[in-house]
Amino acid sequence: MENFNQVESDIISKIEKVTNRNSLDSIKTDIFGKKGIITELFKKISTLNQSQKKEYASKLNSLKIKVTNVLEKKIADFEQAEINKKLKNEKIDVTLPGRTHFSGKIHPVSQVIDEVTSIFSEIGFSVEEGPDIETEYFNFSALNTPENHPARDMHDTFYLDQSKDLLLRTHTSPVQIRTMLKDKPPFKIIAPGRTYRCDSDQTHSPMFHQLEGLHIDKNINMGHLKGCLYYFVKKFFEVEKVKMRFRPSHFPFTEPSAEVDIGYKIENGKIKVGEGDKWLEVLGCGMVHPNVLKNAKVNPKQYQGYAFGVGLDRLAMLKYGINDLRAFFESDIRWLEFYGFDPLDVPTNYRGLSR
Amino acid sequence: MITSLSWLKNHLSTKANIKQVAERLTEIGLEVESIKSPDSNLDNFVICKVIKSQKHPNADKLKICDVDIGKETLVKIVCGASNARDGLFTVYAPPGTIIPKTQMKLKVAKIRGIESFGMLCSGNELDQSSDKDGIIELSENEKSLGKKYFKSSLEEVLDIAITPNRPDCLGIRGIARDLAASGLGQLKKQPPIKINQKFKQPIKVSISKEKNQGCGIFGSVYIKNVENKESPNWLKNKIISLGLKPISAIVDITNYIMFDLNRPMHAYDADKINKEIIVRNSKKGESFEALDKKKYMLDANMCAITDKSGVLGLGGIIGGARSSTEFSTRNILLESAYFYPEEIRKTAKNLNIDTDAKYRFERGIDPDSIKIGLELAMCMVLDICGGEASKLSIVGKLKNKNKLINLNYEKFSNVIGFSITNSETKKILSSLGCDLKTGKKNIKVLPPTWRPDLKHDIDLIEELVRIKGYDKIPLINPKKENIKQTLNNRQKLFHFSQRSVASKGFTEAVTWSFTDSKIDNLFSELKDEIRLSNPISSDLNVLRSSLYSNLMIGAKKNIHRNFEDLMLFEIGPVFYGKEPEKQSTMIGAIKTGKYSRKNWIEKERIFDVFDIKNDALRTLSEIGIESSKISVSNKTKKWYHPGRSGLLSLGSTNGPELAYFGEIHPSIIKKLDLRVESVLGLEIFLDNIPDSRKKIHEKKSQFIVSDYQKVTRDFAFVIEEKFSSGEIISLVQNIDKELIKAVKIFDVYHGENIEKGKKSIAFNVTFEPKDKTLSEEDIEKISKKIIFTVQSTTGATLRS
Repeated sequence: MENFNQVESDIISKIEKVTNRNSLDSIKTDIFGKKGIITELFKKISTLNQSQKKEYASKLNSLKIKVTNVLEKKIADFEQAEINKKLKNEKIDVTLPGRTHFSGKIHPVSQVIDEVTSIFSEIGFSVEEGPDIETEYFNFSALNTPENHPARDMHDTFYLDQSKDLLLRTHTSPVQIRTMLKDKPPFKIIAPGRTYRCDSDQTHSPMFHQLEGLHIDKNINMGHLKGCLYYFVKKFFEVEKVKMRFRPSHFPFTEPSAEVDIGYKIENGKIKVGEGDKWLEVLGCGMVHPNVLKNAKVNPKQYQGYAFGVGLDRLAMLKYGINDLRAFFESDIRWLEFYGFDPLDVPTNYRGLSR
Repeated sequence: MITSLSWLKNHLSTKANIKQVAERLTEIGLEVESIKSPDSNLDNFVICKVIKSQKHPNADKLKICDVDIGKETLVKIVCGASNARDGLFTVYAPPGTIIPKTQMKLKVAKIRGIESFGMLCSGNELDQSSDKDGIIELSENEKSLGKKYFKSSLEEVLDIAITPNRPDCLGIRGIARDLAASGLGQLKKQPPIKINQKFKQPIKVSISKEKNQGCGIFGSVYIKNVENKESPNWLKNKIISLGLKPISAIVDITNYIMFDLNRPMHAYDADKINKEIIVRNSKKGESFEALDKKKYMLDANMCAITDKSGVLGLGGIIGGARSSTEFSTRNILLESAYFYPEEIRKTAKNLNIDTDAKYRFERGIDPDSIKIGLELAMCMVLDICGGEASKLSIVGKLKNKNKLINLNYEKFSNVIGFSITNSETKKILSSLGCDLKTGKKNIKVLPPTWRPDLKHDIDLIEELVRIKGYDKIPLINPKKENIKQTLNNRQKLFHFSQRSVASKGFTEAVTWSFTDSKIDNLFSELKDEIRLSNPISSDLNVLRSSLYSNLMIGAKKNIHRNFEDLMLFEIGPVFYGKEPEKQSTMIGAIKTGKYSRKNWIEKERIFDVFDIKNDALRTLSEIGIESSKISVSNKTKKWYHPGRSGLLSLGSTNGPELAYFGEIHPSIIKKLDLRVESVLGLEIFLDNIPDSRKKIHEKKSQFIVSDYQKVTRDFAFVIEEKFSSGEIISLVQNIDKELIKAVKIFDVYHGENIEKGKKSIAFNVTFEPKDKTLSEEDIEKISKKIIFTVQSTTGATLRS
């Protein structure tokens, strides 16, 4: 019977002495190769008698397992050492900037349109649109503003023809008429869009954005108008309470008409909306004039309701502290990046209007 | 409309202060835009005395004056007035003062070598009179030296925005009436006027009977032997407080009455009227010189006040120079008339005249104020200028009068949301001047003559709620229920694509819908540009037919500020006709500059066509168009580089246009002076994007898991140049649509070793079997098929 203990200690001491991965491979051949020590020992099994065979085989097997384990551990050690060595040389400066990426922005007016739409969606309004080019009829006459009415002076109109029949809409109100002619009551719509007046200075731009609102049904009164706008203003400015004032005014297409002011104050050089003792006009509204309903083929004896118009650019300026209206349309990349919104910031009811 | 509290108090007894009045006015719809402090600039003008005046050494017509302004030291002033003399009391303006006439700010200045500290003022310079012939001469004494010259400028004034439906409030009495109705004081009665009028108005007045006669009633009074002069100070100051210029007592009186009662008046020099006054329609080609010193050529059918020699003035709009009053005027005719609003407005618009009288008449003047206007004016003229007045002459009558309105008591609460008592209704309406006839359910209301805006019951309801207070309207919370989807498919597409493009790195610009025709034409295929009749400036003269025009203008501004790496887009309307709805919704995006500039980790390179193509394709895919349905072709538009641009279309290359992409034509870049190597652009036709008919959950079939390995093989061919990569890809893909999952071109090579007119193209094909693992044989078989198909269809040869 072989001295397995001796063989074992010989092999292991040989393995332990190895200092590099390549010599380990040749030792492996010395042990397990065709003529390897252990291979040779296995060959002997057939020469032994039955009584010796069992013990010999069992001892040899446990030798093989032991040697294999030692060998594998040695291999793992070498691999680990190699990785460790590599890691040592692989240190980089992670503070270096990464590869180019581009992030775009959404214009504040677009963002505000989405915010406003989200708010009105919650209380049952849907969105309608109308063309930028309008006829004199839809922009004025149908809205109870006949020719030679002085109220027309308040709208400096861009015309497209000499007869002054085609024009750029001066407000989003013609969408009221188009919507009512297209469908049957009840109506509960908002209509955001571009509007135009030929007027240009620090606070006026020849193009700006308005939001029209129209709610017509049976039994809609001025209290509904008040509730709707209060809800809107509160949600838009994302405050709990809003100081708000309805003031009589005049628009030919609503009666009674009102202008709505909200309270504000200046705190640390910034405007704070909703409280304070100063007033800021934010929108015009009123009960739709019976003549307008008639022009839109709605029976004023059965239906009544309210309409309102808001300047969206102005809302954006107030909420986001933007000073100059004209800068909105100048495409200055510095301004757009400063006031713009991440395209992932989609205003929603459930996630909140703004971050 | 401007008023002071003291003027209001001429008509209203109230204890309220100016702030309370302002608040109440705003509450009842007469919005106070501001309470203006007295003009502090006017406080600068002080009374002074010329102590010594001597000739300027370097100028014959100038004098050097030592002036006592009530301070310890005298000031030295260089003055050109001939009447500057020792001992004269006059008006001094120190440096820093703004001179009313010229609006120039005084500075310490050297005049011909001598420093002058301020100036001595003429009546003309103070906008008080037209007297230019010297400085003001005051009869004051030493005590008043240094005191303010403008005494009454101390009162604050209210600046009120009057809506176009309220002509009555263009007079201070109307404002007082509204305040009284709202409970802030009592309206005073107009004092009765008793004057001895002995003779008949000697100038015959007639209103011709014509269609569209603009004049309803013409009232007049003749006053003889007047002495016209500058107005007394109280009147001058009232006129100045309105922002007007005092002219002469007679003119100032007519202006005073216009603002006091909203009753426009006109004064003629009666001696300059040729025989009689005929109010008639003008004839085309008639002309006259108006008080604004302009000559107007009249059209037919304008309301003209004429005499035997021709046009004297335009009724209710502007008087004529020929019959105007002067300081030498001895006999005057005062006019107080009613002109129809529509006619006034037509004429004034046609001739482009805007006057205070026109502003009032086009809104509707109280026809019943003709008499009181004449009486009051006559009274004031006699008071200030003396003379003797005739009896009043009033000719004509009105076409239309205010009609009775039937108001149902219940309607108020139906429209407004709260109710008021019948007695309140009556009280408010009668305090506004309405005549009432009350029934059980209804009330019959005759509106006063000064309220042409009250025509329907809804007008009365507005009056009631206005006076009652808008704060009484209840607040009814909105219902949270939807009748319809918030956005339709088109609107959803708009919002989604907007954010999709932005997420590719483009920054959204919103630009005007109009632009410069010279630039728009570069990007337009329209036959006729869409011109504005009245553009705000010549470089904003057309509606845009392309989003590129304004994006390029914007890009240029940024590039010239050295922001040359730029990605901008806009989503919005472009126009293709003058009529409503002739507009389409587009996305336009441009990028220019470098993908990565001076970068340690990446190679520096400029943006190229494949960047912008990617942006277009990814956006289309994100908004729901399957990439397999997009055809790419080299069709292009004139504003693109002819060889570096293309079209993405739906289905086939002849299908609906989805988007153009490519390099903007180099000659456009040059013409616009963009100072960059190239600009890449894309245009997406949102109106051509089809609505997806099915929802996503309806569209998707089941996902089938495959355990079989995917396999890839590379191929390289030498092929004629004319075959595009797109053609080869679809050729290969169509060989076995089930098995071939992707064809990816990884190399295109021209040049050495390749015959001229040909190219080498290498691609990689991915096979994804669904039912078994592919054997070597299977792969060999499909590879052979690919080679055969490409060779036989295109004549290509396999590259070894």
